[in-house]
Amino acid sequence: MTILIIYIVIFVASFFVVRFGVRKFRQMKDFTSLKTVTFGDESAVRPDRWASVISVVTVFLLWGAFTGSKWVPIHAPGPFIGETSFTYTLEGPDGATDDATVYARVFEVGQDVDPAEVDAGDGFAKNDSIAVGAWRSDLILMDRNDEVTRKDGAKVIAIDGQAVNPGDTVRVADGTVAITSKGSLNFAPAKGMQMEPIWLPPPEAVVARVGEIASEGYQNFTLWEHLYWSLFRVIVGFFFGALVGIPLGYAMGLSDWFRGWFDPIVEFMRPVPPLALIPLVIIWAGIGETGKIILLFLAALWIMTISARAGVSGVAISKVHAAYSLGASKWQLMRYVIMPNSLPEIFTGARVAMGVCWGTVVAAELVAAEKGAGMMIMVASRFQLTDIVIMGIILIGVIGYGIDILMRKAETWLVPWKGRV
Amino acid sequence: MSALTIDKVSMRFDLPNGGHVQALKDVSLELQSGELMSVLGPSGCGKTTLLNIVAGFLAPTDGQIVLNGHQVTGPDAERGMVFQQGALFEWMSVRDNVSFGPRMKGQKRAEYEGNVNHLLDVVGLKDFKEKAVYELSGGMQQRVALARCLANDPDVILMDEPLGALDALTREKMQGLVLKLWKETGKTIILITHSVEEALLLGERLLVMAPRPGRIHKEYRLPFADEGVGKDLREVKKNPEFGERREEILSMIWDMEEEIMGRTEEADA
Repeated sequence: MTILIIYIVIFVASFFVVRFGVRKFRQMKDFTSLKTVTFGDESAVRPDRWASVISVVTVFLLWGAFTGSKWVPIHAPGPFIGETSFTYTLEGPDGATDDATVYARVFEVGQDVDPAEVDAGDGFAKNDSIAVGAWRSDLILMDRNDEVTRKDGAKVIAIDGQAVNPGDTVRVADGTVAITSKGSLNFAPAKGMQMEPIWLPPPEAVVARVGEIASEGYQNFTLWEHLYWSLFRVIVGFFFGALVGIPLGYAMGLSDWFRGWFDPIVEFMRPVPPLALIPLVIIWAGIGETGKIILLFLAALWIMTISARAGVSGVAISKVHAAYSLGASKWQLMRYVIMPNSLPEIFTGARVAMGVCWGTVVAAELVAAEKGAGMMIMVASRFQLTDIVIMGIILIGVIGYGIDILMRKAETWLVPWKGRV
Repeated sequence: MSALTIDKVSMRFDLPNGGHVQALKDVSLELQSGELMSVLGPSGCGKTTLLNIVAGFLAPTDGQIVLNGHQVTGPDAERGMVFQQGALFEWMSVRDNVSFGPRMKGQKRAEYEGNVNHLLDVVGLKDFKEKAVYELSGGMQQRVALARCLANDPDVILMDEPLGALDALTREKMQGLVLKLWKETGKTIILITHSVEEALLLGERLLVMAPRPGRIHKEYRLPFADEGVGKDLREVKKNPEFGERREEILSMIWDMEEEIMGRTEEADA
């Protein structure tokens, strides 16, 4: 909740700073900036690059600030670490009361720390000493060393002077103390507002993991091998899907019989999510490469078939007539008119298919695999290695984005007339 | 010599609901080699259907088309076609569009290049050879379409409202170009249009068609196309005879349109 509020505040504040501060120094006078009607004119809405940069920086700042990153100068309050203490009041069966102090030493998880040596003090309640990890809590059997224990009928009636009953929780100097139904105390040091590394590691831990896994590997394969295998499966599966799907789509676009024969199959298979095929593919082909490639082949096949069919059906009849009346044969019509005319549709299909294949391969690897990006994050999550999981998610996202950019570049290079006819 | 014979051509489409449409009924016509005929008529009179039958895209239900002594059974390079728009190949440069016909015949570049360059020069696109067609304006695209058709050296050129999508100024320039190309090449041309003025200006013969069923209503022989070659077409329009003809044909088409409306109203009532 706090994070959301901070995020909104940054969003609004940077808007005003950029709009009324920075913008004055870089006023542009191009055609769009001179439009008076901009609200409702979609073409006048261009992404503000300042907003994009600030947006990305904000995500990393928040991530760093709430994980105690060394790379970020400001931090959300962290968990309490150090020495603290609180007092409890024990009431004996005879109604006599005595105070004793619990000394707590709160340390960073991972270190080996012993409780401090403390003087037991006087009275029938004796002082205690505990060591607690940050973000953890510790159950204190405070009467273990007391002269009158709970078995004798003693009970804790107050903590730091605040009266308590079993089941209550009270604040003390650096944390909270809960009194259990059986009357023992549970001390939880203040957690602050930062995330614990096992939930969300700081950015530098993730970067360090990238270096470590890139050089040493994880689960018998280096990072690059994991990513390479995922990409390899996508490319091979997509390649075969296109190899079969495009001619099939052409055949469906050009022949009644093919259209009739394959229409029910394609229309049935298209809405089946490739992920639903994973169990069947594993039964048939196991968890090795063959199974993955069959799955990706099936994921790409229908998309490519439908886009090739749409590309053929989308050819303007006047172009076909023109080609025939210029003396083209059927084969020449196919080669010089139908194939180039279908390229924009096929490219759109290929972009979609690559995206679907990339998603499917990661999901298939999550289910079962020996190597691959999905397998890497799945195994890491079982061992609570959140930094590897986050690293994997970021790399999967970067690669998916990269694939889409490459496909778009190829599109503008190979079909420059797309959308300009 | 009669180059193109349209012999009692009828066209009847069956409709899914069991009825049928008589798009053309007993249309007969002879065109001499080198004649330029414009075709005019209210919408639904079957002029585009007739053109598609001559081009070989549709088979008539009755009658036949005979060109140079043989029957037309399908599209062929001897009958070139210019469409209203959108029939250029966007994936080819202007030059590749124009040389499409010769290339499909298997001609080598050396064989066709001279003619293609000459035609691009004639239509005024010498400097746009390597441009992509989607970079050209509408008028330029239609000039490419004309050059593409001529590069194939067809016997008959069929034009289906080739200037219909152009603005008035470009259209007038293109009308002059069509006349010029007609005189220079001596091609037989059938031109369909919606514009009475265009039909009068460009038609050596002018065919007015009537709808339901599509048939020839009246035919004119006009002097304006010959007069107009190489001249300012606005001068031709000032000719009082031109004005008379225009009024005559316009009222004829108006009457036909009103008759259709009347019949539709009767059917509705």
